[in-house]
Amino acid sequence: MEILIAFLVMFAVAVVAGILLLVISHFFAVPENPQKQIIRECLPGINCGACGYKGCDDYAAALAEGGVKPSLCIPGAQSVADRISDILGIEPEPIKDVVAFVACNGYCEANPPKATYEGVKTCYAASMIYGGAHSCRFGCLGYGDCATACPSKAICMVDGIAHVDTARCIGCGLCAKTCPKHIISMLPQETLTAVMCSNKQKGADARKACKNACIGCKKCEKVCPNGAISVVDNLAVVDYTKCTNCETCIKECPTGCLKSVFFPDIPENCEFEDLVD
Amino acid sequence: METFKLLIVILLSSVLVDNYVLSRFLGICPFLGVSKKLDQATGMGVAVTVVMLIATAVTWPIQYLVLNPLKLGYLQNIAFILVIATLVQILEVILKKFSPSLYKGLGVYLPLITTNCAVLGVTINNIIDGYNFLESMVSSLGCGIGFLFAMVLFSGLRSRIDDSHIPTPFRGLAVTLIAASFISLAFMGFGGIVENIFA
Repeated sequence: MEILIAFLVMFAVAVVAGILLLVISHFFAVPENPQKQIIRECLPGINCGACGYKGCDDYAAALAEGGVKPSLCIPGAQSVADRISDILGIEPEPIKDVVAFVACNGYCEANPPKATYEGVKTCYAASMIYGGAHSCRFGCLGYGDCATACPSKAICMVDGIAHVDTARCIGCGLCAKTCPKHIISMLPQETLTAVMCSNKQKGADARKACKNACIGCKKCEKVCPNGAISVVDNLAVVDYTKCTNCETCIKECPTGCLKSVFFPDIPENCEFEDLVD
Repeated sequence: METFKLLIVILLSSVLVDNYVLSRFLGICPFLGVSKKLDQATGMGVAVTVVMLIATAVTWPIQYLVLNPLKLGYLQNIAFILVIATLVQILEVILKKFSPSLYKGLGVYLPLITTNCAVLGVTINNIIDGYNFLESMVSSLGCGIGFLFAMVLFSGLRSRIDDSHIPTPFRGLAVTLIAASFISLAFMGFGGIVENIFA
C-alpha cells in the first residue's frame, strides 16, 4: 500500500510537471524562422567569426531575418554565398577572394634585437614592453600569435617572420585582428606587388632599425606608370584598384621591400602543423 | 528584531562560511568550466542565484505539504530533481519569450543548471537545517550570492594565471585546481566569524 502511495505521488508530480511544461512551452512558444535552419546547413560551421557575427548560428539567424549581405562568409566563399542567395531569393553578388599578407620583411639578421626578451612568448605580451625587443618597433615580433589564431593552420614562423600559405588561407582575417602590431592585412588574391614593410619612421631611422625597411624615398611613386603608389608617413602604399602588376617599382626599389609577391611565398624550411579535423 | 538578526546571520554564513563552492564543494563543474572570463562567470552566477531562489520557493512547499504528511521524506531527492529540472526548462521558455536579450546572455548556462548539484544541495540542505520558508529563501539567496562571489573571484584569478609563467606540467587544469584549493583555504578563515557578529 505504501509503495502504491509513493508511486502515485511521484507519478502525480511528474504528470503535473509535464503538463505545466507542455502548456507553458505551447503558450510562450517563439516562432522560429524555418529558413534559419536551412541557411545554417549551408554555412561551413567552423564559427570563425569573419562575418562579424558570433558564429555560424548567429549569422544564419541574421540572414534569415533579412537585411544582411549573404557574401560575408569568407571561408564559404562564392559557393556558399550563391546557395544562400538562392534560399533567400535574392540576386547573388560576386565576392573577391582575399588572403592574409604580412607586411614585414625584417628577418632575424636584418632586424637585430635591441634587447633580450625573456617574458611570456606571445606577441601580445612582448608588444606591451617597449613595443617588443626588435630594433624596428613596427615589425613582426615572431612569436606567432597569428599562427595560433589561424583556424586553418596556414601560418608558419621562419626566421622571426610570419609566413602565410595562401593555398591554405581561408581569408577569415582572424590573424589580422590578432596581430598586436597590425601588420597583417587582407589583400586580393591576385595581388603580385606588395610593400613588405610597415615602418613609418623617417628614412635614416628606418634604415638603422632594419636593413630591409621602406625608407620612403618615393622612387616607386615616381616610376609607377599608373600612379598606384603613394608614400604616406614615410611608407609606400599600393592602391590595388590601380596596380597592374607591371613590376616597374620592384626593379627601382633600393631596399627591396617592394616585392613581387608570387603567392604562395613560403620558405622551404616551413613546417606546417597538420590540419586536425 | 531577533528574526532579522537570524536572517542576517543565515545570509552572511551562507555567503562566506558555508560557501557552496569553496567550503561544501558543490557546483564545482561550472566553477571550473565557465570561470575563464569575467562576463561569463557573472552570467552563470546570476543564473544560478535566480534558479536557487525559484527552486527553493517550490521545493519547500513540496517537502512540507506533500512529502512529509504522506511520510514520503525518502523520496526527497527524486522529487526535487524532477521539480528543479522542470523549473529550469519553464524558466528557459519564459525567458526566451519575454526577455530574448537576457536569454541570449545566459545562453548555454541555463540548461547547464538543470542538473547542477549546488541547486539540489541548497534545497535539500534547507530542509535538513529545518529552516522555515523565509529562512530557506534567505539561505538560498545567500548561497547564490556566494556562488556568484566565488565565480567572480576565481575568474579574476584565472585571468592573472593566464598572463604568467607556469611550469609545463602544471599548465591547464592542474594550476586551476591548485588555485581553487588556495581560495578554498582562504575561505576557511571565515569560519566562526559570522556566528559571533551579534554576540
